[in-house]
Order: sequence, then structure tokens, then C-alpha cells
Amino acid sequence: MRYLPLDAVDRAQMLARVGAPDVDALFADIPAAKRLAAPLDLPNGLGEIEVERRLARMAGRNVAAGSVPFFLGAGAYRHHVPATVDHLIQRSEFLTSYTPYQPEIAQGTLQVLFEFQTQVAALTGMEVANASMYDGSTACGEAILMAHRLTRRRKAVLSGGLHPQYSDVAATLGVMANDEIVRLPLDPRAAEDLATQIDDETSCVVVQSPDFFGNLRDLKPIAAAAHAKGALLIAVFTEAMSLGAVRSPGEMDADIVVGEGQSIGNALSFGGPYVGLFATRLKNVRQMPGRLAGETVDADGRCSFVLTLSTREQHIRREKATSNICTNSGLCALAFSIHLTLLGEAGLRRVAALNHAAAVDLAERLSAIPGVSVVNDAFFNEFTIRTPRAAAGLIDELVARGIIGGLPVSRLAPRAGLDDLIVVAATEVSTLADRQAYAAALAQCLQAGGKK
Amino acid sequence: MTDTRYTKDHEYARVEGDVATVGISDHAQEALGDVVFVELPALGAKLAKGDSAAVVESVKAASDVFAPVSGEVVEVNKDVDAQPALINEDAMGRGWIFKIKVANAAELTSLLSEVDYAAFLKTLA
Amino acid sequence: MNSQGRPTRPSVDDAPRRGTFTGNRALDMEEALIFETGRLDATGVDFEAPAPFASKLGAHAREGAIGLPGLTEPEAVRHYVRLSRNNYSIDAGLYPLGSCTMKHNPRLNEKMARLPGFADLHPLQPIATVQGALELIDSLAHALLTLTGMSAVAMSPKAGAHGELCGMMTIKAALTARGEDKTRTVVLVPDSAHGTNPATAALIGFSVRAVPAGADGVVSAEAVRAALTPDVAAIMLTNPNTCGLFERNIVEIADAVHAAGAYFYCDGANFNAVMGKARPGDLGVDAMHINLHKTFSTPHGGGGPGAGPVVLSERLAAFAPAPSIVRNGQSLSLAEHSDGTQAFGRMSAFHGQMGMFVRALAYILSHGGDGLRQASEDAVLAANYVRASLSDLMSAPFGDQPCMHEALFDDRWLKDTGLTTLDFAKAMIDEGYHPMTVYFPLVVHGAMLIEPTESESKASLDLFIMTLRDLAMSALAGERERFVAAPVAAPRRRLDETRAARQPTLRWMKPAPA
Repeated sequence: MRYLPLDAVDRAQMLARVGAPDVDALFADIPAAKRLAAPLDLPNGLGEIEVERRLARMAGRNVAAGSVPFFLGAGAYRHHVPATVDHLIQRSEFLTSYTPYQPEIAQGTLQVLFEFQTQVAALTGMEVANASMYDGSTACGEAILMAHRLTRRRKAVLSGGLHPQYSDVAATLGVMANDEIVRLPLDPRAAEDLATQIDDETSCVVVQSPDFFGNLRDLKPIAAAAHAKGALLIAVFTEAMSLGAVRSPGEMDADIVVGEGQSIGNALSFGGPYVGLFATRLKNVRQMPGRLAGETVDADGRCSFVLTLSTREQHIRREKATSNICTNSGLCALAFSIHLTLLGEAGLRRVAALNHAAAVDLAERLSAIPGVSVVNDAFFNEFTIRTPRAAAGLIDELVARGIIGGLPVSRLAPRAGLDDLIVVAATEVSTLADRQAYAAALAQCLQAGGKK
Repeated sequence: MTDTRYTKDHEYARVEGDVATVGISDHAQEALGDVVFVELPALGAKLAKGDSAAVVESVKAASDVFAPVSGEVVEVNKDVDAQPALINEDAMGRGWIFKIKVANAAELTSLLSEVDYAAFLKTLA
Repeated sequence: MNSQGRPTRPSVDDAPRRGTFTGNRALDMEEALIFETGRLDATGVDFEAPAPFASKLGAHAREGAIGLPGLTEPEAVRHYVRLSRNNYSIDAGLYPLGSCTMKHNPRLNEKMARLPGFADLHPLQPIATVQGALELIDSLAHALLTLTGMSAVAMSPKAGAHGELCGMMTIKAALTARGEDKTRTVVLVPDSAHGTNPATAALIGFSVRAVPAGADGVVSAEAVRAALTPDVAAIMLTNPNTCGLFERNIVEIADAVHAAGAYFYCDGANFNAVMGKARPGDLGVDAMHINLHKTFSTPHGGGGPGAGPVVLSERLAAFAPAPSIVRNGQSLSLAEHSDGTQAFGRMSAFHGQMGMFVRALAYILSHGGDGLRQASEDAVLAANYVRASLSDLMSAPFGDQPCMHEALFDDRWLKDTGLTTLDFAKAMIDEGYHPMTVYFPLVVHGAMLIEPTESESKASLDLFIMTLRDLAMSALAGERERFVAAPVAAPRRRLDETRAARQPTLRWMKPAPA
């Protein structure tokens, strides 16, 4: 078996040194009645050719996003990742290295994390960022717990613009931890009045911008309303590229900023692995979950990097830890950092502008179709259209015409009564021809009348 | 009259009048290693004997400092906040952590005297 | 000096070590931060600005510099390649890290994960367009259930600790359904447990009660029975445990726990020891997370991403969180909403770490049932080989008994040398090895936990053993210099961790103008 270097001679010699008659003697502590006598009901090992064949067959049963005009966002976005990124992250020393607990032989990882933390802080307009979380949704849940620790209150208010699955994650954590979660109804027009929902028991208000429907929200007045009541503002984003064009949450007085970094450097990958971004103000740093890389010197006085403030973490504080997190999303954070370095500020602004231009163009084309209207006043690369008949059915009809047209809101919120809304994203990889094809196909679907 | 008493968790309480100055013993700072941060109690906090009052963090551990007696926190040491190393340098003196107004003097008698604490340390070695 | 008498600040007496103009030493190169070498206007991508159009950003446009330097592609490649060379990796050498299972990361896995049909797939595409992805997840789930003998599996947790959280939440949901969530609030955890165990329990409102292990290193059924008061919700055991031993009383313990109306959570971090030899489902486990990045070879990536699916017993299956895969005749779909079901909620957005699922399934298909059993046998054999080869020099806390996939030593054998476990570990670095797991588990003084895994050749194991023997004999002979200054040959010497924690510098800041 190609991954197992020991052969029969090796095993015999090793058993002799150990003084065991056979390898089963080493498993003697397994209760006899529970030892597996028969082989598992799994096929025997396959050679590489056959493994490739089987997995390629499974892959072939999927419609890859790049093979059709593609306009789906809703929390994960299709962008162009330069070829260099995937090659660099596959270097052995990045791909197959462990967590940098022995910093003397992990300066590569640690310096990258330090650079990543700086990039995330700059992007979000905050003072300090951690070395990444699993993804945006779990980062959001952890931010709420952090706000509870800081304010010593246990009630979080979730804006109706928050991604429904992010709200689900927060609600699950809240129920399990016996905290209170107030979930405002889904808010496609960014019309909700959050300030009236904040009282003296509120620990935090959680607002997404660009929101789930694509609306851009001014967080400054919400921050002011929260602070007036001693509560914190947690700002959320799911499209990291937006920060190349849109005002940062830090500038709008957010206390904690969390988001999904997948857009930069990471493939769609059917939902994971992704990379959670987490940033806050320096005064809150000891309550921030996750790993942190810090600068120091070594015994020769040379600038070096090391994981620090670890006593907040589970392996030391145990039941008093800030969270139970053990891993960050290291390789995905590396990909994010490499991509952002290749973009640079100028490149990021430019690609963000291309995203916005593509979305503005598509929005114009779609709103020109009779019966279709765009819900948003301001947006970045994602917006919501209202359709004259049920969105879910329309999306399926578009698939039949070779177009992936966006997310029917009813898929994530089946009982919100928003069955006529589609959330549509257009990024720098969509072409003019793609957008024309979408508009034409949608027009045809609506003219054809179609079934529900 | 100044009287220093100790707990088996390695806190000390130096009593002057009805106020006790609380910190961790020299043995404790040695075991912790370099102190990097101290989480001080809130001024005015009302603590029961045994409550977690403060946290002393070193690079490798974080240790709770428990209130040796019940009472109200009347002062906290801003110096260890700025310079946690004081706890390593002078745990019994400048590295004090907080001062507590003793609510119940009877609780002091159940703490260890200096001699008894020294004997206790020998049993741990 | 810190309290261990080790230098923490640079000594002014140290002669310049580098001796070259650049500070490089041939292939060993220094590399500055991108913030020092990059420029705000440099870029390594080619994008044309869009044709003029009417912006819909309203008042939300970002003004002012962000502060993100760029590098052209050649500069970027140099930067990251040079940084990478300062890292140890499993591709370069053995990692004897107990509890981490640092086995070889097959490149076939990387190729399969990058097939466009997997990598270029959005999680919310219409279900008809992702049938192959659902088939893959379902196949992996089926393999995990077969390996563990359990009834259901929650695939969505993003890492091992996240899986623990999922498992404990499932248990809490089951208790709530029985109306016992307010009365059963205590979780039993051995002192030897990984820190994530009590942290997870505390996160969802449980209080933790310690259960002692015996002098033989395992938990006795008596100790568990003594702790099983009516307020106990669950026990969290690691099996094999963090001392490298199989919890031989596990069936009796499981029976006692169930008889008391509580649940049995198993930390599956050490599953690499028992594949094809025993199944957690047969031992009475109710929930167990599996670390795909340990047992199933997905790469560690310098700290992540991982994946932590949780296998569940029949008692708990109904409470598994959304989403789950549903079979409708020939096709598959996703049940994505928990309301109206007993599912306790949702662990994260979307469906789980698909990229890691592809890799893990490729690994499982490549080994097969026969290969996986062989892998466990070789892992256990390799650890015992190391143990038997060092036991005359290094002290073992639980006597000279066989271990499972990892061998545990303590620091009693060092006591007259003035050297610590840390010193010993750092000296391994100069020999070209990543240190073993040190100071874990906490129940043993100065612990050294060695897990070679099954993917080391005998030659590799022999060299490792001989090196440790050389180091051990050197320590016992009083050759302190080799240890207290170590590492001397690594890209960096020992770091001032105190300074990093006292004066945290967590990002690059533009230097203030002079």
C-alpha cells in the first residue's frame, strides 16, 4: 500500500524489539468481545488510477460555476484568483506544516500571519485583527460571545439584513448558552429601525453591510445608538472585496468587525473551507478569541514572530477560555494574504470597481425586463430583484437555459413571505455576454409564462 | 499592627487595621514564570472569601487569585497593571494586587501564619 | 533571564552571528515584511479600469488610503518562497507530535480537491446541479459510519473543537427533549483531557467535574460511578486517551453512564490507533468527533483548515444539526432547515468543509478497509517500537506497558540534570526534528508525547530513535550546553515570549516620522 512504508521484514524486526508475538498483542486492552474479528464492510484499497476515475465521475455530475453564466453570491463569491496563489499555498512548507507552536522553525507561517493580521486590520479600518477563524458565520457567533463578556450582558439584536444562516448560527449558540437573541424580520429594503430595538440589556447589535440583500448601510448612527445604551456594534460582511470600494466598518465606529474572507484567494469549494476575519479595537484584545501572532525578538535580538496572548485560549484556560477554538484557517488565510499582496491597494480598488460596474450593468439590464424591479438604492456587487412570479421556479427554469441566476430568498427563508425575491451577484469574472445572456433568458422565462 | 497571613492557594493578606493588602506569594510568582498581565478586580466589588478576585497571567499559565477574606475592594494596584513584572520582582511588596476592607475579622484566623505557610511549602516540594 | 534561567533578551556580548552583508547565509535567507517592501501603487495583477459608469455606491464610497501594499508577481513569489523556507513541514521531516497524527499528506488528495467539479462549485447552486457533490459527502459519511459503527453523522463542523461543540450541543438537545436540561448540568471530564473538552462544556453552560484516572493511567468504572450523580449530563472521554492508552474499562463506563441517564461523548482525536480494530459504536459511545486533518490525512496548512464531522448513536441521531443529506430515490438533496424537526440548529453557514471531504475520501478509497486497518496497526507498532527503544533511558509515568499510537514519557529521568522537557525539545530542533508534544497531558510532569504515525519508514524511525538516545545520553551525562542554548541552528533562536505578551505588537504600524 503506497502510503505505508513498513514491510513484513520491518514489522517483524519491530515486533521483536517490542517483545510482542504479533501486532494484535498490542491491542490487548480492547475488550475481547469488542475486537473486530472480521474486516470492515469497506472495499479494499484502490490504486491511484481508480480513485481518480471514481472521484472524477462524481465531479463530472456537477455544474462547475465557471462553465455557465454565473450570478450567485449570498455569502460566497466567484472571483478570479491569480494562478500564483494556488501554487504558493501548495509549497510543502506551507501546506504540510503544523501550527506554529515551535516558533524557531515556523517563522514562515508566523510572519505570514502577522502580515495577514495587518492586512485585515487595514481593510476593516480596525486596530487589531486575529489570525483568522473558521468562517464568517462562526466568527459572527464568537463576536456575540465576546460582546457578552465585554458588556456583561447577554442579549444580542440581529439586524434583518444579516445572512439568514449567520442568524441561524447565532441563534443556535444563543439557545445553547442560555443567551437571548432578538432576530429582526428579514429586511430587503434596509428599512428597519434598529435604534428602537436597543435597550439597557442589549450587549450588542449585529448589522451586515453590504447586507444579505446587497444594501449598503450607514453604520455610524447605529453605532451611536448602541453606544448610548452601553451596547456594542458588531459589523458583519460576507463579501471581503467590497472593502475595496465601500467605507470600512471601522470608520463607522464598529466595535467588532467580522466577515467572510473567501472572496480573496479562496475557491468556492461548495461551502468550505473558508476563512473568517475578526477585528476589534486594541482595548478589547484580551477578550478576542482565536490565535494571535505578535512581534518580538529572539535571543540574538533579531525581529521574530510568535503566537501570543495564548493564555486566553483553551489549551491553557480550559473552562475559562475565551472560546474552545483550536484551529484557525491557516492555509486559507495564507491564500487570502497572497492574493491581497498581489492585488495591492491599487489592484483591489480596481477589481472592486470592476465588480461594481458589472453589477450596475446587470441591474440595469434586469430592471429593463417588464415585471422585474431592483429593490436596492445603493449596492456593491450584489442586489435583489423582485420578480412577477415565484423566484425558486424561475431559478430552475434559468438553469434549464444554462444560467445560474442567483439565490431565491425562499431557499434560505422559506417562511418569510419573500418568495418573489432573487439575490443576484455580478463579479469581475462575469462578461458582458454573460450578463446579456442572463437578461435575455430571464425575459424569455417570464414571457413564456411557465409553471410555478 | 501588620500581620501577614497566607492561603493554601498561595495568596497573602497583609492586614493593617481593617484593610488587607492581597497579592500572590513569592513561591507562586516563581511557579508562574514571567507575569505578562494582571486582570484587576473592580473597585467597590463585594467579594466573598474564595471568590475569584483577579487573574494573573504568565506566558504559559493563567492563575486565579482568590479573595482570602470577604469584603469590599477599596484599592487596586495600577502599577502592576502597567508593569506586571513587579509581581515577579517584588511579589510581597510593590507587586501587591488589591486591597480589601475586611468584613469579618474571624476569617483571618483560619488563614496560615507565615511559619505555617513555610511549613506547608515544604510539604509540596 | 526568565524564571527558568533562560535568556529572554538579546545578550550584548553575542558576536554577530550572520557575518554576511545581506544577513543571509546562502540558502538561509532573511525576508522583510510586505509593508516594508511593497508599495501602495504596485500590483501583481492586470485589470483594466472599467469604462465610466454611474456609481450606485451612494454615500458609502470608500475614501482615503486603505494601507495595503502590493508586490508585482516576481516580487510576491520571492517573498512567499523565502518565507516558506523558514518552516518545518511533514514533507521535510518527521513530526513526533502526540495527539496530532502528523502523517503524510497525499498529493492525489490535492489534485482531486481541485477538480473544477468540486472546487468551482457554489454551495447554494440549485440542487440538481450539485448531485456529484452530495454523492461525495454521502460516500464519505457512509465510510465514517462503517468505520465507527455509529448511526448518523453530522458533517458540518469546521474543525475538531467545533465537532466537540456539535456533539455536546446534540447531547444538550437530547436532554432538553427529555426535559432534563435544567437538572443535568454537570459534565465529567478527566484531568488528562485536552483543554478543548472543558472549554466546550463550559461554552454551553455545563459545569465541569474532574474524574481522576488511576495509577495505571486509565479511568476506572468505580471512579466514574462515584462521580455519576443525578445532575450529570455526560462524560467526555478521549479514547485512546491522551496518555496513549486504550481506556480498557470503557464498556463498563459506558454502561454505567447510560444506566445513570447520561450520555457518552468521545473525543476522537486518537482514532488513528483503532481503525478496523474496534468501533466506538460497539463500545457505547453516543457522539464522537473525527479530525479529518489527523486521522484522514488532510493537510495541517500551518494551523488549519480542519474538519470535524461527528458520528452519533441512535439515541442522538435525530438531534443532529442542519444540514443533512436526504435521499429521494435516485437523487440527493439537502435538508437545510431545523425548524419543524428535532435538529438542534446550525453550526455554520453552508454545508461543511467540502475541500477536506474530497481529500479524506480520496485517502479512504486509496487505503480501503484493509489499508486502514493496516495503518492503525502500523501506527501502534511504530509507537511501541519507539517506546521500547527509549524506555531504558527515559521514564514512563505508567510503567513499562504497551501503548497505543503514542508513547508518553515524563521528566523524572531529567531530574538530576538541571534540564527541562523544554530544553530537551529545543535541542531536537538542531538535530532536524520538530519536537514532540510537550507539557501535555497536564497530569504528567514535563510530559513528552511521541506519535510517529504509520507513514514513517523503519529507517526514519531508527534515525529518530538513535537521535533521541544520543540526546538523552548527552543530557544524562551533564552536557548542558547542547540544550540550554538550543536551538542554535534554526532560523531563529529562542524567542522572548514574555516581551510578546507584555508589549503586544500584533500588526505592523507605519513608523512615526522622525
